[in-house]
Amino acid sequence: MHGPFEFTLRLGDDALVAAQRLAEWTSRAPEMEEDVALANIALDQLGAARLLLTYAGELEGAGRDEDALAYLRDDREFRNCLLVELPNGDFAVTMAKLFFLAAYQLPLYTALAGCADERLAAIGAKARKESAYHLDHAALWVRRLGDGTEESHRRMQAAVDGTWPYVHELFAADPAAPVDPATLRGDFDTTVTTVLAEATLTRPETGWTPAGGRDGVHTEHLSYLLAEMQVLHRAHPGARW
Amino acid sequence: MYGNDFAAADPSGGDLLGQVEAAEAALRAAAARGRGGAVTSGADPEAYFADVIDADQKIEPRDWMPEAYRRTLIRQIAQHAHSEIIGMQPEGNWISRAPSLKRKAILLAKVQDEAGHGLYLYAAAETLGVSRDELVDLLISGRQKYSSIFNYPTLTWADVGVIGWLVDGAAIVNQVPLCRCSYGPYARAMIRVCKEESFHQRQGYEILHTLAHGTPAQRAMAQDAVDRWWYPSLAMFGPPDGDSTHSAQSMAWKIKRFSNDELRQRFVDMCVQQAQTLGLTLPDPDLRWNPERQAYDFTHPDYDELMRVISGDGPCNRQRMEHRRRAHAEGAWVREAAAAYAAKRVGRREKVAA
Amino acid sequence: MSEGTGQRGGREPSPLWEVFVRARRGLSHTHVGSLHAPDAELALRHARDLYTRRQEGVSIWVVPAGAITASSPDEKDAFFDPAADKVYRHPTFYEVPDGVAHL
Repeated sequence: MHGPFEFTLRLGDDALVAAQRLAEWTSRAPEMEEDVALANIALDQLGAARLLLTYAGELEGAGRDEDALAYLRDDREFRNCLLVELPNGDFAVTMAKLFFLAAYQLPLYTALAGCADERLAAIGAKARKESAYHLDHAALWVRRLGDGTEESHRRMQAAVDGTWPYVHELFAADPAAPVDPATLRGDFDTTVTTVLAEATLTRPETGWTPAGGRDGVHTEHLSYLLAEMQVLHRAHPGARW
Repeated sequence: MYGNDFAAADPSGGDLLGQVEAAEAALRAAAARGRGGAVTSGADPEAYFADVIDADQKIEPRDWMPEAYRRTLIRQIAQHAHSEIIGMQPEGNWISRAPSLKRKAILLAKVQDEAGHGLYLYAAAETLGVSRDELVDLLISGRQKYSSIFNYPTLTWADVGVIGWLVDGAAIVNQVPLCRCSYGPYARAMIRVCKEESFHQRQGYEILHTLAHGTPAQRAMAQDAVDRWWYPSLAMFGPPDGDSTHSAQSMAWKIKRFSNDELRQRFVDMCVQQAQTLGLTLPDPDLRWNPERQAYDFTHPDYDELMRVISGDGPCNRQRMEHRRRAHAEGAWVREAAAAYAAKRVGRREKVAA
Repeated sequence: MSEGTGQRGGREPSPLWEVFVRARRGLSHTHVGSLHAPDAELALRHARDLYTRRQEGVSIWVVPAGAITASSPDEKDAFFDPAADKVYRHPTFYEVPDGVAHL
């Protein structure tokens, strides 16, 4: 059982950590046009994160704003899924992560747009359009890399295999939440099955389903990400920027 | 003189966006005005070219042009494009550590714009009959240069502010006259770039203003950044007029509209009052108003240092080039995959059609 | 094209696409620039990112540059404002202290 604060925080942390990882690609993308595209997606995720964290702070009622939540919590207090904190890897890994994330966020935000909480509904309505774009973009690349060259196929399959175990955590049941993640699995599976088939890729089978992000038990990667993200803010307590 | 519309764009009055809009209006006005000469392109291409330039109209990609004009433009536009792309690195360095989510979003959008500007400029260069792949090759093999300023490191968050204020400020002073460049695609790309860059300069100024009015540590950080970036920013206008190799011909062709020293002076005159409002000091004890010249006297940057940095011995030349080369090399398999995928689609479609 | 265009390591250069954008309903598509992409779908995607910064309600055409037959050099371009929902892209988003000029 978790309240709306916890739920909103999870979504906000997913978006924030995804944005931080995507922004790492800046000036490093395989093509300059793709640099612009990845920055757009990072900006969307960051925009959603700001709305969600601001609202989470209000729900909590302890006076924490978006920056207090982003910069002044430690890794054990973050509630994002493990998938988003995994390192970027090569472009195939980044696209696999984005594909799975967007295939989860799209039905999530769509459902959120119809929920009873007006603020969450408004955020969902805005973010679902962006997610549709992210999903298109990631699927476009999954198909190209999967059905491109031998090397790209090998890399894309490896990326799918490596990230797939982490998707299961996304759908852990939470019947009391404004949107129960378990209800999103069907849409997700349909999208994934279709695109992977078009991309000539195999959907992995795995018995290993790592989880813990929602309870603040993360991979070793998260605290490095946070150390970098938070270092300047924390070095000047109370300063305005 | 540069045509009767020039008064409207006098840099002593009006903000930068106003000047860009004036350049855009002048572009349309000159096109509507027609030319004095009755020369047509077919009869005497050289006279036609001169006639178009005289009338302050734009040369377009399919017009005849002197080979040296084409080469000069390719070099200048390409180096400008390279600068945008390399310029993503020093600022991109702070995206992950931006001290608030709002600043992170702004900086990310700004660095993204630099990529966009690089792409507009490569596209403009391509209209002159050179491919982007060739230009990228020239950059990563070190045969073409980019602005010296990006070979300095961004050591603190305040550097992000100073790059916005001084470096983008200097770039805009350089670029606003290029909105009136005689080559149409370049002029149009510059109008677009300048409109977007006005946001860059203001965000930089706002960062510095906040720091300068913040904690003592923030204030010190801001002053330190101004101290480090002031002279390299002045050097962005290039060597003094006496030493500038390409200037006279470029002025005659209306590729360039003002000399390096004129633009540098204009920049200094703008910055003095802006620095005062910030409450920060420009690191030049000899900076003072000269009533006779109606301009500020100032200490020139070390042009030997500029030459050393341009020739590859700045603090970050090797790092910037290595970063660009690695991104290009590591992306090769992705570009190949996209090309292979596209070829397969075409192949399949042809099969279906047959 | 000039001599020596484009080929390195046997890879064909990615094709050039001309981009046309309808800024608002009721207006024609206008040429805004060009970009490189290996196929039409990717060209459209990049055009949206690059030339409209994702403003909603626009329509984009991408045309292989090689498919255009030109009669005259008389080309006119339009200029786009950044996407409306990214207010920080607009200079007026920033507070400039009173009396600061040339910014």
